[in-house]
Amino acid sequence: MDAYIGPLLFLGAAGLLAIGVVGMLLSNHLFRMVLALVIAEAGVNLMLVLAGYRWDAVAPILQPGVAAQPMVDPIPQALVLTAIVIGVGVQALALTLVIRIREAYGTLDMAEVRARMEVDVAAAGGGEATGSRERPAGGRPLPGPGALPEPPR
Amino acid sequence: MPRFATVLFLAGFAFLLFSLTLTLGFGEPPMRAGQGVLDQAVAGTGAANAVSAVLLGFRGLDTLGELSILFAAATAGGLVLGHRRPGGDGPPAGAILQAGTRLLFPLMLVVGFYIVLHGHLTPGGGFQGGVILAAAFFLPVLAGTGAGPDHALLRVVEGLAGTVFILIGLAALWTGGVFLEPLLVDRGALHELFSAGTLPLLYLAVGLKVGAELAGLLAHMARAGGGEA
Repeated sequence: MDAYIGPLLFLGAAGLLAIGVVGMLLSNHLFRMVLALVIAEAGVNLMLVLAGYRWDAVAPILQPGVAAQPMVDPIPQALVLTAIVIGVGVQALALTLVIRIREAYGTLDMAEVRARMEVDVAAAGGGEATGSRERPAGGRPLPGPGALPEPPR
Repeated sequence: MPRFATVLFLAGFAFLLFSLTLTLGFGEPPMRAGQGVLDQAVAGTGAANAVSAVLLGFRGLDTLGELSILFAAATAGGLVLGHRRPGGDGPPAGAILQAGTRLLFPLMLVVGFYIVLHGHLTPGGGFQGGVILAAAFFLPVLAGTGAGPDHALLRVVEGLAGTVFILIGLAALWTGGVFLEPLLVDRGALHELFSAGTLPLLYLAVGLKVGAELAGLLAHMARAGGGEA
């Protein structure tokens, strides 16, 4: 049984990380992307803590009246503590940006936000928005797959 | 097809992760530094909690960098959201919610400061306790019974805590050590509250700074959340 626990735990941590990265890449909603980032961070932290585990050891804190015994590696735990705090900072900043985007555009759909942002950026620069995948130049409708050749970039 | 490329990337990424972790072995860490830290933790810092010893004794500069990242995030959050009036558009809090908030506030303060001050002895420390302190001051906003913490006061607490942290580090430099080296001025006995030299002071500074920053950030976000979009 013991032989399977380690790989199983690592599998769980790597699975969390994979779920988070999948969510970040495939999601089209900004808030869900932030949530996926949180899940990925949890996976990374779990993996780091697991890397310092020892079968025969206790938590790295000396107890009064208890004889010294082997302890798990304290360095990954301290690293994870740092990583969690930095993760909170990153998440908070991401959420403030999400709040601002929702106030400015009224939506969190990434394709729509990106298209409108490109127009705004171009307008602030005094020019026309050049085409993009979401908003082709000249107001033409988006061609279906294979209907038109790719325009030269 | 971007989706196909994404899936392909993910499959490769997952394969890399699984093969890495499966060859790592579980229960027999290959790292050697941890045992050295455990051997020197008590003699070098006087802290019973080896994680705290690593965080403030061996890697104090990292913790200072971590605090600066949190400070940068909190400042950027305030900058992005700007200064706003507290929006009181929610329904008024009921009697149970108001009484519960008032009851919970002192208890959370006690727990938060206990965890901050016992960081060198028990699981806990400045970061964990600071989050509880922030939650205590954020309670009135959550319950809708108050406007939350005063931003001017938070700024003063945060600045003072950060200054104290750096001053303790400079004091170590002045007494002939390196920056943020643990100063064992009053060593005390192991497992006592007043032990481990400057480590509890550093943790108190960390706890106040983290608490003030998080409370400010949460209050900013709560004020912004009331807007209709």
